[in-house]
Amino acid sequence: MTMNSVAKKQNNSSILMRIVKNQCFIPLAALFILIIFNLVADPTFFQILLEKNSAGNNVLNGPLITILDNGSELAILAIGMTLVTAASGGQDISVGAAVAIAGSVILRVISGGETYPETLHSPVIVAFLVCVVVAMLFGAFNGILVAFFKIQPMIATLILYTAGRSIAAWINNNELPVINEPSFAYYGTYIPGIPIPTPFFIMVICVVIIALLLKFTNLRLYTEAVGINESSSRLNGLNPAFIKVMSFVILGVCVAVVGLIKVSRFSTINYSVIAKDIEMDAILAVALGGNALSGGKFNMVASIIGAYVIQFLITTLYRFNVQSDALPAYKAVVIIILVVISAPSVKEWFSGLTKKLMKKEVA
Amino acid sequence: MSQNKTAVSGSFRDKVRNLSDTNLLLTITIVAFFLMYIGAVLFQGEGFLKPQSFFNILNSQAALIVLACGLTLVMINGSIDISVGGVTALVSMCCAVYLDFHGGNLVVSLLIALGIGLAFGIFQGFLVAYLDIQPFIVTLAGMFFARGMTTIVNTKPFNVAHEGFNELKMTRVKIPGLGSTNRIGVYVDAYVEIGVVVALLIVIALFCVLRWTKLGRSFYAVGGNKQSALMLGINVKRTKFIAHLMCGLLAGIGGYIYFLHVGSGSATHAVGAEMDAIASSIIGGTMLTGGVGNIVGTLFGVMSLGTIQNIVASAGLDEAWWIGITRAAMLCLFLVIQSLVVVRKKKSKG
Repeated sequence: MTMNSVAKKQNNSSILMRIVKNQCFIPLAALFILIIFNLVADPTFFQILLEKNSAGNNVLNGPLITILDNGSELAILAIGMTLVTAASGGQDISVGAAVAIAGSVILRVISGGETYPETLHSPVIVAFLVCVVVAMLFGAFNGILVAFFKIQPMIATLILYTAGRSIAAWINNNELPVINEPSFAYYGTYIPGIPIPTPFFIMVICVVIIALLLKFTNLRLYTEAVGINESSSRLNGLNPAFIKVMSFVILGVCVAVVGLIKVSRFSTINYSVIAKDIEMDAILAVALGGNALSGGKFNMVASIIGAYVIQFLITTLYRFNVQSDALPAYKAVVIIILVVISAPSVKEWFSGLTKKLMKKEVA
Repeated sequence: MSQNKTAVSGSFRDKVRNLSDTNLLLTITIVAFFLMYIGAVLFQGEGFLKPQSFFNILNSQAALIVLACGLTLVMINGSIDISVGGVTALVSMCCAVYLDFHGGNLVVSLLIALGIGLAFGIFQGFLVAYLDIQPFIVTLAGMFFARGMTTIVNTKPFNVAHEGFNELKMTRVKIPGLGSTNRIGVYVDAYVEIGVVVALLIVIALFCVLRWTKLGRSFYAVGGNKQSALMLGINVKRTKFIAHLMCGLLAGIGGYIYFLHVGSGSATHAVGAEMDAIASSIIGGTMLTGGVGNIVGTLFGVMSLGTIQNIVASAGLDEAWWIGITRAAMLCLFLVIQSLVVVRKKKSKG
């Protein structure tokens, strides 16, 4: 082997290493495997058709559109969850229950307490703003427990997790209001004339806002500083408690947005089922994005890709007639494979192995 | 210096100050439980005074006691396990299918339950302790897997019609002297189910293990401070592994007790049991940060949750949401108390 080819090889491998070391690598690799799998198993997965839906609009239809549609909710929650994880080093397990509360508040304001309202009692935007305020308050409640009472996030949010769905039922007096106004359904389904589902646009707006916030404010710096070392960030003049509460409040806003999408999609609510186990998927999205669940540095893009990968997996499994109740078992296998691959000790073992192989080849 | 002073004066305040975190939280829990029970007797009438109504709480919560004991062990280690509810459902379903469809015998069904629990414990323990993966994610996957497998094993819920099983299910351990006369004037002995006896034996056994064995003390050491535990020569990884293994095994036993109590298999069994178990451990004075906790407290934590459920039901607030809200309020109260205790300790030290 000439010197030249050895150098070339090293150069190649360093580029490869850089790609592998990138945080987006694992979710993208998972996405790639899923795409290949679908291509081999059933290429119609990638078919997109323009069809008339029940409301008489021309809309795009197909598994990929479903992923875009349902994955958006998860991506919005993943944004908030990434911030909470980075700042507090723990996860909020109450988002599913909080989405139920948010949806319930929107329906309560819009229906004015009637089960089958003839007209909207208030504009959707007013209902949404009320819901944002309520969701922010619940977020602040979680945040205060975490930041001022120093309770572990998972345990602090266990309170709202236990009570959330009960509170949601209580807000509407256990009624299930049904909204028949077609314009209310725009936010969760389609706006007439636009063939792409609205949740996707809402997700884009959320991503743009958070990207601008991360780019032009100190949000990223402060959040990471608090997550990496709380005491030293305090010594540097930050207020860790405030930043933690703020991350929970931002998650509250995300929850409110998802609540609007959810109730708009079904035009009604089911307190025990709405957004069930979505907290687990949101946490999974953050973990899949390679973010340390113990806080510190974070990569927002990787989390969002992670959210879509999870939805991709769910949609793929549904295509293979997997029952919705059996879905978690497959998800669990994927989680275990992912965490084992990305575990530090396994990584070390791997890199040791590849080094040995490289040496043999060179020799 | 300060120790000498307290020993001499020995006032009540100093005694409280000298209690360890574990004992202080335990005391608070026990006092709160008795206050609650006395309050229930005073305001809700005679119903709560009957010994049987107390034993009924035990009967319905026996499985949760065992699950919560397992969680207490891993939480003392500074870890967490949220798969126990799923394992309970899986155990019930597997045993139900085995007994009903295949006409199996009871001993083997018990072995199945223990095997499932042990398998979960070993696998999760290995990933958490030796591969250093976050316990939350590992056991989340465990929960997903158990719940999914339950549906794959059998979709529809059904009651078990196995004769030997139903005999065991109806077996009641009578407690002499605590019975009461029922409405038609017949004296009925108070009773508990077999599950309660097993659960209480487990509580006693674990209490002894935690207090007097090397393993138990190393649980506290690892949870309190990993680094110093390592320096003391404790095998941190093995200790964590054993804690998860025991938790898995207890989930298997708890699952069987649950199965014995309800006598059916269903994918929706024990939904949220892991959160109830965590809540009970916290109310019982176990801290999620590790190193602090007590099995007896856990027992009282479970009983407190059961009692509050009964109070809400008998107060006529039978809308489902009241149970959720009152439980959450109680959890909130105890979390705040714990956090205040920690602050007090830090202040008195500094």
